Amino acid sequence: MLKIKDLHVSYGGIRALRGVDLEVPDGKIVTLIGANGAGKSTLLRTISGLVKADSGSITYNDEELLGKPINKILELGVAQVPEGRRVFADMTVLENLKIGAYLRKDKAGVEKDIQWVYHLFPRLEERSWQMAGTLSGGEQQMLAVGRALMSRPKVLMMDEPSLGLAPIVVQEIFEIIRTINKEGVTVLLIEQNANMALKTADLAYVLETGVITKTGTGAELLVDESIKEAYLGKKKK
Amino acid sequence: MNLKKKQTILVASVLLIVLIGAIALDAAFPSYHIVIKVVKKAAVYSLVAVSMNLLNGFTGLFSLGQAGFMLLGAYTYAILSIPVSLRATVYQYFDGGLVQFSIPEFFSGLMGESVGGTVGMLLTLILGGLVAALLAFLIGLPVLRLKSDYLAIATLGFAEILRAFVQWDKLGPLTNSSNLLKSYPEFKTATAYVIIIGLFVAVIVLLVNSTYGRAFMAIRDDEVAAQAMGINLAKHKRMAFVISSFFAGIGGGMLAMYMGAVQALSFRSSMTYEILLIVVIGGIGSITGSVLTSFVYVAGVEWLLRGLDSGEFMGIVAPGIFKNGFRMAVVSVLIMVVVLFFRKGIMGDKELPDLLKKRPRKAKKKEAAK
Repeated sequence: MLKIKDLHVSYGGIRALRGVDLEVPDGKIVTLIGANGAGKSTLLRTISGLVKADSGSITYNDEELLGKPINKILELGVAQVPEGRRVFADMTVLENLKIGAYLRKDKAGVEKDIQWVYHLFPRLEERSWQMAGTLSGGEQQMLAVGRALMSRPKVLMMDEPSLGLAPIVVQEIFEIIRTINKEGVTVLLIEQNANMALKTADLAYVLETGVITKTGTGAELLVDESIKEAYLGKKKK
Repeated sequence: MNLKKKQTILVASVLLIVLIGAIALDAAFPSYHIVIKVVKKAAVYSLVAVSMNLLNGFTGLFSLGQAGFMLLGAYTYAILSIPVSLRATVYQYFDGGLVQFSIPEFFSGLMGESVGGTVGMLLTLILGGLVAALLAFLIGLPVLRLKSDYLAIATLGFAEILRAFVQWDKLGPLTNSSNLLKSYPEFKTATAYVIIIGLFVAVIVLLVNSTYGRAFMAIRDDEVAAQAMGINLAKHKRMAFVISSFFAGIGGGMLAMYMGAVQALSFRSSMTYEILLIVVIGGIGSITGSVLTSFVYVAGVEWLLRGLDSGEFMGIVAPGIFKNGFRMAVVSVLIMVVVLFFRKGIMGDKELPDLLKKRPRKAKKKEAAK
């Protein structure tokens, strides 16, 4: 279980997170929703070690992650799909996947996992020779997810996987998230598309200006009046 | 025959042709002949160009310090390999200089003239590379925090400072100040250059195709994503910088051999630009491109287009137009033409074996036609 306790993070003088408590139980899909600038990406970047925290703790299976270098966190099984896909544009799809397994030493296992990713995303296998920069947005997102899976994570954190994708592709991506979860990977999902995220998630948190203001199951928050108003858009009658 | 086999055969046969070609040229021409000189210089330039490509093309670090690292390699080689008996004449203003041994001589004494001499020269070359690599490591600590143009400015500045520093008269007993360093041993044949440089380039090829090479390319494409994959940015950038400088240092040592006498003045930033030009025209991210362009460029500038400067070119006699400086004007125009028509360089980011690959779409069409 990934546990975050009283986490404070600031960029220069700006306090981005002011005491965040959050739990990601194993095998679940947990989503974190919130407006622009609420601190969602900061939280994710802090967990993966890209940003230093002021105080608090982040533990995975009771092991402290704060202060550990990125590669150690990755080795413990916490991987991320960065915001905006960020595939390696001038490398082939296959090379991108291999980079995802950069820290792994077991060649046979890597080979097997490439096949596993191809099984999850048949489209990537068709395009394995192609430069990643020439893929469509949805395919790039698949590649970004597949690349992150190549490190064999136990927890996969995704930063706005639906960003800039056509609605039908967004549906496909969320379908993939459910599939990955069924394969035993815990998912922490950060989304602005609150509607889709809440429908997919087992557990949801709402982050507002650096503080968690609401939590509950996805279904609960989906019908919550204040959430509806702020994030889902109320239907006019 | 499958693709891999075909590619191996292609690479092997090209290498063999180059080797046989070098041996044949050595047999046909005396060592002072322009053809031999061109092959030697082109071989040296291709190693330096490939080392620069490793940094600029594969890791995405825009560095312009190549001439500085070459200077280090050249000076290390010259200083450590001048025969002891000749030091008094070379260092005539500095009482025979500070260093009173010669590595190639030491090995000649140990293993005999020909074997020991060669071993000693190679070791000294590698030592030159190591000196360049060590300095690259130290300079890399502060400089590699900079990005893109700023890194280029800093490394360029470093190379210029180094050039001035070496000529400082207080360093005279070591570097002979601004006087020539000469009389050091050299490889006489073009074949030796081709073999040695070929081996070093092969090492770089292996590196680029390893996991490290992939990590370098990942950093080039997207630093944030590379970091998220667990790639240690600082470590890998430093590694690429140090390795590139190591090979630039060796290239510098070989260039010193080729020139016969070495002086800090020759390692101007224009040399770096020349090599950058070769890298860009060959294709940023293509080792084959860098090597190929080195040979074409050096052969063109040093040999084939010489006539443009001296009155007669390809049978046309026009002393009025073909006078000093016209050659470089023509070269500039040629470069512009190449850059206009080959936006990504002659080879793009393709390598020799890739030439056999068919475009998958075409391949599919062929299958469909069957």
